[in-house]
Parts: sequence; structure tokens; C-alpha cells
Amino acid sequence: MKNLIQFFIRFHFLILFIIIESGSLTIAFQYNHYQKAGVVTMIQNISGFYHSKVFSIKEYLNLRETNQQLAYENVRLNNILQQAYRSDDIFFYKQQDTINRQSFYLTSAKIINNSVNKKHNFLTLNKGTEQGLKPDMAVISTNGVVGVIYDVSRFYSTVISLLNTNMKISSKLLKNDYFGSLEWDGKNYRHAILNEIPYHVKVERGDTVVTSGYSAIFPEGVMIGTIEDFKIKGGNFYEINIALSTDFKHLTFVSVVSNLKKEGQKNLENTFPND
Amino acid sequence: MINILLRNIARFILLVLLQVLIIDNIQFSEYVNPFIYVLFILLLPFETPGWLLLLSAFLLGFSVDLFEHTPGLHSSAAIFMAFLRPVVLKLLSPREDYEPNTFPRVYYYGFVWFLKYAFILVLMHHLFLFYLEVFSFSNFFMTLLKVVLSTFFSLVLIMISQYLIYKK
Repeated sequence: MKNLIQFFIRFHFLILFIIIESGSLTIAFQYNHYQKAGVVTMIQNISGFYHSKVFSIKEYLNLRETNQQLAYENVRLNNILQQAYRSDDIFFYKQQDTINRQSFYLTSAKIINNSVNKKHNFLTLNKGTEQGLKPDMAVISTNGVVGVIYDVSRFYSTVISLLNTNMKISSKLLKNDYFGSLEWDGKNYRHAILNEIPYHVKVERGDTVVTSGYSAIFPEGVMIGTIEDFKIKGGNFYEINIALSTDFKHLTFVSVVSNLKKEGQKNLENTFPND
Repeated sequence: MINILLRNIARFILLVLLQVLIIDNIQFSEYVNPFIYVLFILLLPFETPGWLLLLSAFLLGFSVDLFEHTPGLHSSAAIFMAFLRPVVLKLLSPREDYEPNTFPRVYYYGFVWFLKYAFILVLMHHLFLFYLEVFSFSNFFMTLLKVVLSTFFSLVLIMISQYLIYKK
């Protein structure tokens, strides 16, 4: 008791300071809304900080378990997903026509990968050799030309998009059959360039450009696009800017075209003496 | 003794009135709010017991608070300053300690000593006061500028007062 009193006497200044200071601070916080709100926010910040730290540590400790749960759940969900089942709607549809010999078969395929913003764009289709796809088959959509099959695996195939600077498509003007070579300049995915149209040909804006059918890949007359503008390049030829009819950013289902008579045409053409 | 007590009470009343009636009504700038009432704490005799120092500081702050409608704000700042006063006095004590029958004033201990003494305590008071007032560090440097400018002007007023009143 004596010690206690001595303690109080010795530290009376500090104790008194703490008492009065806390008293006046209490008054300050009670009457001044600003500080009151400040203290409440501060306390909430501190406790919130503490709780979030504790929670994140707990979370970390449970990570292994959570991971496993998620993996199980993923497997379960993936197994009941519709994509897990392959639709084997099949093969090329063959028409029984005895008068007109059918030369092109079509099959539908779904695009499962696509790009438009590179220099060399490719697409991936969900069909492969099992469904009868082969390299160098034409790929078209309802709006127009898409590309040419580049490589095929058992269930998938890659397509060189028209939006690939290595790609050239033989095309012609619908109204007068003058043909040229269409290629992409790598800039805008809605436009391509048609070259090799001689400059004496009358060209107008809005003229339709279609495939020529000379390459034995595309059927003749598949829509490519319309002429947007044109200029004369190097004296003899136009450089025609084509607005593509296919919106490559908006593609899901395409048709793959198989040319039944391609073999024959190629074999025949290969007999030309090479010069 | 009675004389000293009376003089301090008179100084108390005078300083509080000066603060709330005149200085608070002069709008120098938004950054300059000098508080001259702390001069009372600075000028208390060396022998003032601790409890009296704290209590009078509380009363001083509380009276200013009453007029400024900021309950607790000036009280806590003044108590804080009073709490630091013995420490600062010890820090600045001359070699032969403070002589009896002298007061902490320019007259006894010189301009430089008093300026140091007043500067430390006034700065502490203003720091405490302004940061408690805004109660955030979000405008830290703006508040600091306010503290520095106000401290400067308070010190100017305090130093002037030392020469205006020649009384011991």
C-alpha cells in the first residue's frame, strides 16, 4: 500500500496528464463529429486490416484442400458438359443426281479457335480426318470465303485464314469475268487487295468480286466482297480495295468444300511441261 | 506569492480574451491561425507544481474551447504542451539551474533562450492542435504548412509581447 502511494506520488504528473488528456480527448471525440467519425473509421480500418490478414492466412493454410476440391469439381463439371460429347454428324453429303455430276461436297464445321489481329491468321475447326477433311479443301461461310485447310489431325484441322499475308486466292469480277489475285495486306480485317486486274477494264465501286474457280480449291462464284475503291498501280494494273463480305470476328459455323474432281484436274495440269 | 497568483490569473483572463475576441477574428489567411493564449503556460513560474500546471492548462484550453465551440480540442493541445514544459525546461536549463525568484522570460534568460523555449513548445502545441483538428494525414503537407506558418506568427506575437510589457 505504501509502495502504491509512493508510486502515485512519484508519477503523479504523468498519471494526471494521462487522465486529463484522455478526458479532454474524450470530450473532443464526443462533441466533434469529425473526430468521432475519424476514430470510428480508424478503428474499423485497423480491425478490418487485422481480419483480412487473418483471413488471408487461413485461406493460405486451406489452399491445398481448396485446390483439390476445385479440381474434383472441375472434372465433374467437365464430364457433364456438352462439349465433352463429340457430335459425329457426319461426312460429306452426297447428292444422288445422275444428270448433273456433283463436283463439290460440303460439310459443316465449327470454328473453335480464330484470330484476326496477326499477320498470319489461322483458324481451327472441330473436324479432322475422321470426318473426311483433307488439306487444301476450301472453307467458306454463308457470307463468303474464309480460307483453305492447311493441316488436319484426327479430330481437328487448321485453316489458313484469308487474313493471312501468305494466302492468295484467285478471284474475278462477277460482271465481266476479269480475274486477278486477292491477298490481304495485313492491316484491316475487313479489307483485302485485289491485284492484276488490267487497267482498261471498267471498274466501279460496289462491283462484286467472287472466286474464279481456277485453283480447283474454291468452287466458282463464292462471294468474296465488293469493291470499295481502286487506283492504278505501276501503269498496267489496278490496285483494288475490297470490302470483305465475311466478318472474321463474327464466325462460328463454316462449310468445308471438297472438290471431287480436283484430283483429275491436278493430274491433268501436271502433265504440262514445266518451263 | 499572492501577488504572483493574482498576476497569473489576470494574465490568464487577459490572454483568453485577447485570443477569442481579437486574434480569432482577424482572418490573416486560411493557413495562419496564431494562438497566443499558450503564452500563459510559457510564463508560469518555474516552481509551479505539476498538477497545477496541468490543471491550469486544462482550464486555459477549456476556456478557449468554450468560445471557439471546439470542446476538447484546445484543452488537449494545451495539456499536451503543459506536459512537455518540464521536459523542455530541463533540456534548456542553464548550467547553474534556474535561479530562485526568476521567471521564464526574456528579461531573465535572454532572447535566444526564450525563443528556443517558446519555439519548441508552441510548435508541439500547434502540431498537436492542427493534426487533431483535421484528424487525418491525408493532407499531411497542407496541414504541416499550416502548422509552420501559424507557429511562426504565434512566435512573432509572443516575442513582441515580451518587449511590449516590461514588467517582470
